[in-house]
Amino acid sequence: MIDKKEIQHIAGLVKIKLSVSDIKKYQKQLEHILDYVSHLQKVQLQGVKSYQDLIGPKNVFREDKALVSNAETVSKLLKEVPEKHDCFIRTRNPLQ
Amino acid sequence: MELNSLTIKQANQGLKKGEFSSQELVKSCLNVIKNKNPEVNAFITVLEKQSLRQAKEVDAKKSFKKNVLAGIPIAIKDNILVKDVPCTAGSKILEKYQATYDATVIKKLKQADAILIGKTNMDEFAMGSSNETSYFGPVKNPHNLDYVPGGSSGGSAVAVVSKMCLGALGSDTGGSVRQPASFCGTVGFKPTYGLVSRYGLIAMASSLDQIGPLAKTVEGVRIILDTIKGYDSLDSTSIKKLFSSSQPDIKNLKGIKIGLPREYFQKGLNPKIKSILEKKTNELAKQGAIIKEVSLPHTKYALAVYYLIMPAEISANLARYDGIKYGLSVFKKSECLLDVYLDSRSQGLGEEVKRRIILGSYSLSAGHKEDYYLRAQKVRSLIKQDFTKVFNNGIDCLITPTTPTVAFPLGDKIDNPLAMYLSDICTVSANLAGLPAISLPIGKVKGLPVGLQIVGNYLEDDKIIQIAKIIP
Repeated sequence: MIDKKEIQHIAGLVKIKLSVSDIKKYQKQLEHILDYVSHLQKVQLQGVKSYQDLIGPKNVFREDKALVSNAETVSKLLKEVPEKHDCFIRTRNPLQ
Repeated sequence: MELNSLTIKQANQGLKKGEFSSQELVKSCLNVIKNKNPEVNAFITVLEKQSLRQAKEVDAKKSFKKNVLAGIPIAIKDNILVKDVPCTAGSKILEKYQATYDATVIKKLKQADAILIGKTNMDEFAMGSSNETSYFGPVKNPHNLDYVPGGSSGGSAVAVVSKMCLGALGSDTGGSVRQPASFCGTVGFKPTYGLVSRYGLIAMASSLDQIGPLAKTVEGVRIILDTIKGYDSLDSTSIKKLFSSSQPDIKNLKGIKIGLPREYFQKGLNPKIKSILEKKTNELAKQGAIIKEVSLPHTKYALAVYYLIMPAEISANLARYDGIKYGLSVFKKSECLLDVYLDSRSQGLGEEVKRRIILGSYSLSAGHKEDYYLRAQKVRSLIKQDFTKVFNNGIDCLITPTTPTVAFPLGDKIDNPLAMYLSDICTVSANLAGLPAISLPIGKVKGLPVGLQIVGNYLEDDKIIQIAKIIP
């Protein structure tokens, strides 16, 4: 089953900070859920296609056309940005 | 009769005849919102000025003859974008977010001159079956304020039942329109996957999400669906082939073959709900319907499949909330990029959302993907094939309970996620198989509503709506 170290590792991958008590709580709850879903292991799946293959996988492309937003949309989008420099989105240095 | 008690069709007739104005209709809904919303908490944002302004314009235009929804107040679940209006998805991380564009369904409602009266409360990012995970507080069931309204579109269901609007939009990933409709005693519909555009719906689990209407009557649901459905190039899963409305109308139930899947009537189903359903199916048989017991043998795996695939898709979709592009950010207080991510997400996302992101990433991670995610995708095929077999055998539609129990008390399941997840047991299969399904109120148990679910074949949305309409 799922141990605390694994929860901590996954939380790190999905960028969520967990306290010691969070980890303890999630471990118990996730074990409970994984135990419930474990009955899927009993299903005979030889020759069964995955759902994507069943419904027919296909690529969906949009037209290769540049969409130009008007100045109003651009300014509204930028208004939602927490930190910006002129019309650029600012982040902290990713290569520290 | 108060104007807000009218059905969509009745209101349209009154508007056409000039018996009242859209402004009067909107005002009657706004009055109820003012009086009742503090109690039931159905709305996160009420668009008072905007809806009255819009109603004034529609009154001047008099487009009621052309569009049945013209001048009709509709409530919108708060995960559907309306330009220049806050869109929170029930989450702290989007508390201050303002939508920069209209979802396709909103564009269509606006083109039809429908009045957008407000944004309804919901479980955070639509993750919940009781509306208790909303950052903005739980919604209360108007039949008993100590009980949950269901979720995640609980705000939309309560808004309709409390007559705060004449219809509403919700979104249904595993039952989020039908389950609250059932718990609150109204009609809720989940269309065939791809029939209604998801463009501008805040994504939860993209292969399952579908926007659906709620209204007092089946006819109301159909009017809203007719307005919002249709191909949209902005949604890559939108379908071009729409259901044919040229099929002859179903006038009565004579010869209609209704399947009762035995797996939905087994242990766990409240015996009183079972007996209400049995009584109803007997009535349908008396009216000429052919009732046949059928089997969907993989139903017992549906909830497990759903609770693997849905969190896996959530873990990918919710990666976008990073404190950089929009939404809550701790940028100013952080020293490095990793802290921006960690602290923004940890402070902005609620417990259930975090639990599902972690569960989803776990089921996709190296060493577990084969056993969980890929296996679930194969069992999903078996679930879909069960339905295909039944419909290929000539069954017109299936009837099941919408939920195995009536609404439960607030706080009853919030600390036990698995018990909460079991609330979706009768509704998830339609999402996994991409099929249309509708919930209708058919009675009450101890004062709380009971819902009947009709599930139809792929793209036979019109057929189940017609059948639902003639069910007494």
